[in-house]
Amino acid sequence: MELRQLTTFTVDGLLLGVEVHRVQEVIRYQEMTTVPLGSQGTAGLINLRGEVVTAIDMRTRLGLRPRGEGEIPMNVVVRADDESVSLLVDTIGDVASVSSDQFEEPPETMTGAAGSLVLGAYKLDNQLLLALDIDRATSPSGAR
Amino acid sequence: MTATESNCEGIQVEDTDEIVREFLTESQENLDQLDRDLVALEADPSSAALLQSVFRTIHTIKGTSGFLGFGDLESLTHVGESLLAKMRDGSLTLTQERATALLELVDAVRATLESIAATGAEDPTDRSALVRRISDLQAEVPGVPPSDPSEPVTEAAPAAKPAGEALRVGEILQNNEIVDDTDVAVAVIEQQLGDDRPLGEILIAHGHATPGQVADALAVQESARSNALGGGPNGATPFHVGADASLRVDVNLLDTLMRLVGELVLTRNQIVATATTQAEPAMLRSSQRLNLLVSELQAGVMKTRMQPIDTIWSKLPRVVRDLGVTCGKEVRLVLQGRETELDKTILEAIKDPLTHVVRNAVDHGIESPDVRRAAGKDPEGQLTLRAFHEGGQVNIEIDDDGAGIDPAKIAAKALGSGLVTAEQLRAMGPREVVNLIFEPGFSTAEAVTNVSGRGVGMDVVRTNVEKIGGTVDVVSELGILTSLRIKIPLTLAIIPALTVECAGERYAVPQVSLEELLCVEGDRARAAVEYLSGAPVFRLRGSLLPLVWLDHVLDLTEGPHVDDAVYILVLQADGRRFGLVVDRVLNTEEIVVKPLSRQLKGIGTYAGATILGDGRVALILDVRALARRAHVVSEGDSLSTAQTRDSEAAKPDGPEPLLIVAVGPRRVGVPLSMVTRLEEIPGASIEYAGQRELVQYRGNLLPLTRLSNLLGVPSEVGSERLKVIVYSQGQRSVGLIVDAVLDIANEAPRSRGDVHEYGVSGMAVVQERVTELLDMEQAITAADPQFFIAIAAADAADVSAYDNYAQIGA
Repeated sequence: MELRQLTTFTVDGLLLGVEVHRVQEVIRYQEMTTVPLGSQGTAGLINLRGEVVTAIDMRTRLGLRPRGEGEIPMNVVVRADDESVSLLVDTIGDVASVSSDQFEEPPETMTGAAGSLVLGAYKLDNQLLLALDIDRATSPSGAR
Repeated sequence: MTATESNCEGIQVEDTDEIVREFLTESQENLDQLDRDLVALEADPSSAALLQSVFRTIHTIKGTSGFLGFGDLESLTHVGESLLAKMRDGSLTLTQERATALLELVDAVRATLESIAATGAEDPTDRSALVRRISDLQAEVPGVPPSDPSEPVTEAAPAAKPAGEALRVGEILQNNEIVDDTDVAVAVIEQQLGDDRPLGEILIAHGHATPGQVADALAVQESARSNALGGGPNGATPFHVGADASLRVDVNLLDTLMRLVGELVLTRNQIVATATTQAEPAMLRSSQRLNLLVSELQAGVMKTRMQPIDTIWSKLPRVVRDLGVTCGKEVRLVLQGRETELDKTILEAIKDPLTHVVRNAVDHGIESPDVRRAAGKDPEGQLTLRAFHEGGQVNIEIDDDGAGIDPAKIAAKALGSGLVTAEQLRAMGPREVVNLIFEPGFSTAEAVTNVSGRGVGMDVVRTNVEKIGGTVDVVSELGILTSLRIKIPLTLAIIPALTVECAGERYAVPQVSLEELLCVEGDRARAAVEYLSGAPVFRLRGSLLPLVWLDHVLDLTEGPHVDDAVYILVLQADGRRFGLVVDRVLNTEEIVVKPLSRQLKGIGTYAGATILGDGRVALILDVRALARRAHVVSEGDSLSTAQTRDSEAAKPDGPEPLLIVAVGPRRVGVPLSMVTRLEEIPGASIEYAGQRELVQYRGNLLPLTRLSNLLGVPSEVGSERLKVIVYSQGQRSVGLIVDAVLDIANEAPRSRGDVHEYGVSGMAVVQERVTELLDMEQAITAADPQFFIAIAAADAADVSAYDNYAQIGA
């Protein structure tokens, strides 16, 4: 039985998690520079201590409702393919310890963007924790 | 004393302390540099740059110490400055004596500064002797040796001299008749009296010998000594002033330095931005100083990374020779501009593409000797590599005088492999077709050999060159030559850029592409933008500049819009100009290019990102890509002067009608909109003003030019009746003399091509015949050099002057 630690966050009510070691840092909302012609989900560019980091809005990326006025997202900066990428999420949760026997493949009925970006679900006591596929969520090809 | 007062005073003291501390830190660094510069200057007294640098540093210290009230320091640096000023204006040279004095001055300054740092006051040491000495050194004649010639002469040498010495330096110098025995003797006595300098140095100090002569003597001595030991030049370093000046440095260290400098530039930009908004004088001063220092540092570090292109070219002769032997070809390799310097990273990046291109040229470009002989060429082909700097870029051209590239073959191949559609192909000029070889997946399979396949890897060549912000282009004349032109930036990391604002965001435009900035305000703005078949254009000194709205090309707005003011950046991409319209022009600054993340690379309109002074990220525009996206750089559109059209009268989508005329044996097309009238004038009515021909015409003078002269063809026209195309704008007119008026063509030119010939802006097939398109601007200027200047002046007074042309009368 394999144990894993996931950093959790919510996006439009969904509880998502990424492996702790992939998370570089979590920071408050930063002012962003918009990227015209950028793919859907590309929210903008932030200055992370001199490094230019692309922020991806997980709401748009997962095909969920856009964030309402006044709802300020958080930045979860993850490492993907040797680059830092920031995921814009609604709220940050705890680090969850999950084991492989709680894991289940995404159900067939889970279609759309969310279905393709989620590795599977961990059945927690009171809700489901979806394991996000960081590489696909941040890949440019699947971005539109 | 009230609390407020003491408070104020406290702040002042603190401020001064701050400035002093800064002065100390800054000077410390400067002094170290000064040491190095002085020594370097001594080795190369002719270096104006070094002298300038030394002078500037001393001057800065003097200025600041005066400002801070350190009087001794000021007077000390003052004499140094005066001495240096005399050297700078050439009335004095840097002798060793002067260099020594200046170095002592540096030491004295350093000691004073240390004292200031420790006690807050200048140290009490009396420097007046040094000051006097330096003042004396400003006399025209270098100091005479302080020795008394009547001193007893002793032939002796210190026993400390190493054994095995074949000849003493003094003896060598004597033999060379540079010094006499008295000079040597005096020096030797000084040594015995405790001067521990080598003999040569003493002689130099006394002005009996120059450093060069002593160096020569030491070299002679060195070789004699090693010969005496039977060693030959066994690694004993000959005395050479410059040899120790170079040093091997790990490239990784340079990379780290470069990165740090990049960060420093960013921080500098931020500080300078903050300092200018807060009017704190001390802060402002230091930020300006910082600005200067960082720029120098940046230039210096950048320089450490530069290497001549020869470092990668040097391998090519061998590559070409081997390949020539393998393919049975005779190739002469000519390398021009070997010393052209490039950033190491860029050199690395172009090494493989360059080798590939060279292999290609030998393998496929240059024909075998038999074929060449049959074609009447020199059996030995020539491959020329040329490198040169131009407009902040490095140009590398690879030319071979081989078979060239056949556009027809390329077109067929591209069509066959589904790279382009027949329709796309029709819209392409021959040059565009040839450039298809850079498309991924393009390969003329029949040409593939075991050495290289033309096409295989050409896309890799382009990818590699573009990766470093460069461009690649190929020009070919079938049977004559293939010329591959690579343009690459000097360095990647830091570039000068113009920041602009558009739709609330800021963007950086690399200055390499920027030609000029225009701003048209108020009512003139609306009049300035005209539409040519719906495409917005701006008249720039008589030629039409296609306009592109940045917000439009970035899909932020619906279409072109004219606001109260139009800011136009005149940009150049792929040899064509266009105007980029932005909301505001902000600033020029050095920006550090940060690569784009994977998510954004595919967009193509951005060359990178950067962090601006306020910490916000700005995207760097890729001018070429923008132009391509806005369709201003396609060979199909001839955007030259000739194509103008009255915006009201023109049919929106019809082709531009051309007046076809004959000039000697050539068919020339003149845009009908540029023809005001056609006239016939008797040759006898031509009058002359100097070399210029003119006629009296409707109460005015009409300057004339013969298109045959402009195009350099013999005229076939008699002198009785001359056909003249009259073009009027405002009150000014010019007449262009042609041989015959042939026709008016309403059909669209079938294809257009580039020509690089004076007086011709392009070439097209009209009515199945090759027709050259007249460059109206050149033609008009040839008749009346003042034409556009006068029009522009009149414009300023009356914008409506544009409106009276495009009437045709025969």
